[in-house]
Amino acid sequence: MIVLEKRPQPSREWALATPLVAVLATMIVGGLLFGALGTNPLVAIRTIFWDPLFGEFAFYYRPQLLVKGAPLVLIAIGLSLGFKAGIWNIGAEGQYIIGALVGAGIGLAFYPLDAWYVFPLMVIGGAVGGWAWAMIPALLKVRFGTNEILVSLMLVYVAEQLLASMSLGLLKNPEGHGFPGSRNLADYPSATSWINQDVGLHWGVAFALIAVIFAYVLLNRHMLGFHIRLTGDAPRAARFAGVNPARLILFCLGASGALAGLAGLFEISGPAGQVSIDFNIGYGFTAIIVAFLGRLHPVGILLAGALMALTYIGGEIAQSQLGLPAAAIQVFQGMLLFFLLALDLLTNFRVRMRKSEVA
Amino acid sequence: MTETLLSLRGLTKAYPGVVANSNVSFDIGVGEIHALLGENGAGKSTLVKMIYGLVKPDSGTMVLRGKPFAPAEPRSARADGIAMVFQHFSLFDALNVAENIALGMETPPPMRDLARRIREVSEAYGLPLDPFRTVGDLSAGERQRVEIIRCLLQDPKLLIMDEPTSVLTPQEVQILFETLRKLSSEGTAILYISHKLEEIRSLCDHATVLRLGKNVGECVPRETSASEMAELMVGSALKTPQRAGRELGEVALDISGLSAASPSAFGTALKNVHLTVRKGEVLGIGGVAGNGQDELLGVLSGEILTAPDAVRLDGAPVGQMGPTARRKLGLLTAPEERLGHSAAPDMSLTENAMLTGSVRENLERNGFLKWGAAEDFARRIIEAFDVRTPGPDNAARSLSGGNLQKFVIGREVLQKPQVLVVNQPTWGVDASAASAIRQAILDLAAGGAAVVCISQDLDELMEISDRFAALNEGRLSTPRDAAGLTVEEIGLMMGGAHGMEVAHV
Repeated sequence: MIVLEKRPQPSREWALATPLVAVLATMIVGGLLFGALGTNPLVAIRTIFWDPLFGEFAFYYRPQLLVKGAPLVLIAIGLSLGFKAGIWNIGAEGQYIIGALVGAGIGLAFYPLDAWYVFPLMVIGGAVGGWAWAMIPALLKVRFGTNEILVSLMLVYVAEQLLASMSLGLLKNPEGHGFPGSRNLADYPSATSWINQDVGLHWGVAFALIAVIFAYVLLNRHMLGFHIRLTGDAPRAARFAGVNPARLILFCLGASGALAGLAGLFEISGPAGQVSIDFNIGYGFTAIIVAFLGRLHPVGILLAGALMALTYIGGEIAQSQLGLPAAAIQVFQGMLLFFLLALDLLTNFRVRMRKSEVA
Repeated sequence: MTETLLSLRGLTKAYPGVVANSNVSFDIGVGEIHALLGENGAGKSTLVKMIYGLVKPDSGTMVLRGKPFAPAEPRSARADGIAMVFQHFSLFDALNVAENIALGMETPPPMRDLARRIREVSEAYGLPLDPFRTVGDLSAGERQRVEIIRCLLQDPKLLIMDEPTSVLTPQEVQILFETLRKLSSEGTAILYISHKLEEIRSLCDHATVLRLGKNVGECVPRETSASEMAELMVGSALKTPQRAGRELGEVALDISGLSAASPSAFGTALKNVHLTVRKGEVLGIGGVAGNGQDELLGVLSGEILTAPDAVRLDGAPVGQMGPTARRKLGLLTAPEERLGHSAAPDMSLTENAMLTGSVRENLERNGFLKWGAAEDFARRIIEAFDVRTPGPDNAARSLSGGNLQKFVIGREVLQKPQVLVVNQPTWGVDASAASAIRQAILDLAAGGAAVVCISQDLDELMEISDRFAALNEGRLSTPRDAAGLTVEEIGLMMGGAHGMEVAHV
C-alpha cells in the first residue's frame, strides 16, 4: 500500500525539483499522445523543445521567444503577488485588453504628432487601464464580499466585446478602406514599443525584467511583500500582525491589473501593431500556468515564461511541419500544469511503501 | 484489587520519528477507577486508542476477561464492552439529544423507546437530560452528559474518559464524579485520563504514570501527594513559580462599557465588560471555553475594533487602533491558537519573530525588513525561553506545541510590553514548560507591566493572579482579590453548573 506522510516542513529540494520533473513527465506523456496521433514522439518533442532554439531556422524563432515570453512574464509576476496572498485574479486577459485599448487610444489620439512624450503617456494609460479594470472585482470584493474569481473572469468577456466594438467603431482606421482595425501603431514612430524588431526587443521585455527584480525585492525585503506571504500562509495570523485585508486585496488586484494592462499596451503598440477583433490570444490565461510553473517565485516565473514561450513557438512549428492539431498542443501545455500541481504534493508529503496489513 | 478486567502487556506503538508507547503494561480491575497520568505527549491518547481499536499496536498483547483482545476497529471494541468519551464531542448541533444518540447506534430502536431509555439511564446515574432538547442549546457539561449516556446505553464494562473535566466548572465536576463513583460501585471499570492531580487524588483508586511513552510508575493516588505524582510525571522536581512582592502602580489598562459583536457566526458577543489592570498586577480571567475569551483577546489586540474610549491604555483611547498602532504603544497580545493565529505554520521562526516584533524591536526601516536583526531576535527568544529547535530557519509547524508556545510567549515578553494579554498561555504545554511560562509572566509583572491572563486552568490562574474574574456568556464578573477565593466561589463566578440540575440518587 502506498501511503502519504506529511513532512514536518516543506522540502526545499522538491520545491525546486518539481518543475523539472513536471517538464520531464509532460515530455513523456505528451510524447505518448503524439505517438498515438501517428507522429514520431521523439521528432515531435525535438520540434517543440529543440528546433526553436537550435534548429535550422532558429535565427527566426529566437526573437519570437522574447516577444512571446515578455507579456507572459509581465502578467504572471502581477498574478503571483495576488496568488501568494490567496487572491485569485483570473481575469488578467480582460485587464490586458483594456490596458491595450486605453494605451492605444492615447497613441491614436496624438496621431500623427511626433513628440517624445507620446509613448510614456501611452504606458501610463496602459497601466491605469488595466488597474481600473481590476479595481472592479477588487472593490466589489471589499465592499460586498463578491468572489473575485467569477467577477474578474466574467469581465474578460465584457472586455472582449469592448475590443470588438472599438476595432469596428471608435478606433477604426479612417484610412482603412472600411476594414476593421485601427491604424498600425508599429508604423507610428512616436508610439511604437519596438526597440529593435530584428532581435525581438521591445519595451515589454525591459519592463518584464524590471518587474521580476521589483517583485523579488518586494516579496523578500519589504513589509508589504511579507504581509502578502503571511496572508497566504495564515490569514488570521496576518490580521493579528496588523494586515488590513481590504487594502491588501486592492493592492494585489490593482498591481496585477496594472502589469497586465502594461503587457497589453506593449503588445498592441509593437508585435500586434493595431487594435483588432482578434488582438488577444490568451496570454492572460497562459500566464496563470506560468505563475504556478514558476512556483510564484519571481525568478521561477522568468524561467517558466521562457519555457512556456518555447512550447508556444515549438507548438506552432509542430503544427505547420508535422501537422499536429492545435488542440494537441494545448493539451500538451495543460499537461504541464497538471503534472506540476500533482507533483507539488511531494514538497509537503513523502510517499512511502507499506506492506498492506490484514485488518 | 479484585478480579482483573483488562490487562495490557508490553504494548508498543511507534510513529515515524517518535515512539508513542514503549512496552507499556498494567492491569485494570473490575469496577476500578484507574487513572492514566502523564504530560502532553506522554502517549496517553495513543494507548487508549489502542484499547478502543482506533490504532493497532506494533507489538504487545491485551487480555480482556481472560481472553486475548485485539480490536480491529472501534465497533468490535464496543461489542466487547469498551466505551469511550472523547475530549472533543462529536455531536450535531441541529439535532436533538435522542437523534444524536440514535446516529451512533448500529440498530437504533424506535425513537420513543430510545427516549424512554435515555430518561431511565440519565436518572439512574444522576445526569438528568431531556432527550428532545436540541444539542445546540446545551452547555458543555450537558453535551458531555449526552456523550456519557451514549456510552452507558451500551452497558459498558470499561469506560474510557479522555480529560473529561477540561470543559467543566467545579460544580459540574462534582456531579460528574458522583456519576463515575456510582458506575464504579456497579462494577464498571473506568480508565480516567487527566493531568489534573487533585482530581485524580479525589476520584481514582489506582494510577499509572506515563512519561515519554513508558510506564514509569504506579501509585495509589489517595496515599500519594500531588507533588510526588508530579515528579513521577515530569521526571524531576517541579519548580513552582515564585512571585516577588511588588507595589501596584497606576491603572495601565482600562476597559469600560465594552460591547462587541463576534466576527464569527458561532462566537460569543461581549456584553458591557468593565475591567482595570494596574501596573505590576496580574488579572486572571477564567471561564469555560467559548464564553467570549477569543473575542476579549481580539478586542485587546486590535483585531476587533470598538468605540475609541471603550479600551484605554494609560488613559489614551485605543479602541479604534489596529494591532500595529497598539504594539507601538506597548499593548502586546498572544492569542490561544498557536498555529495560524499567533504564528504562521509554514514560515520560519525568523519570519514569525518579524510577525509581531517589527515595530518594537526595530526590525524595519521605511518598510524594508532587516532580516539579520529579525534572526537575532528569534535567536534571543529561542535562547531565553529554552525553545527546542535546530535553529531559527525551521518552520513554526515543525516545533512541538509546548516549544512553539514558549516561542510565542517569549516573543511578546522580550518586547517589554506595558500591558500583556495572553489567552491560554500553557494550553497543551508540558508541566515544566508551563511553569517556565508562568514564571516569565510573573517576572514581567514584577517589572511593572500589567498582565491579563485568560485561561481555563483554574490552578494556573490561582497560582499567578492578583485578582480574578470570570467570563460567562460574554459578560465579565466583577474582579475580586484572588487570595482567599474558594473553589465554590470561583465556580459561581463562572456561572455555577450552568443551571444543570442534580438528581439525587
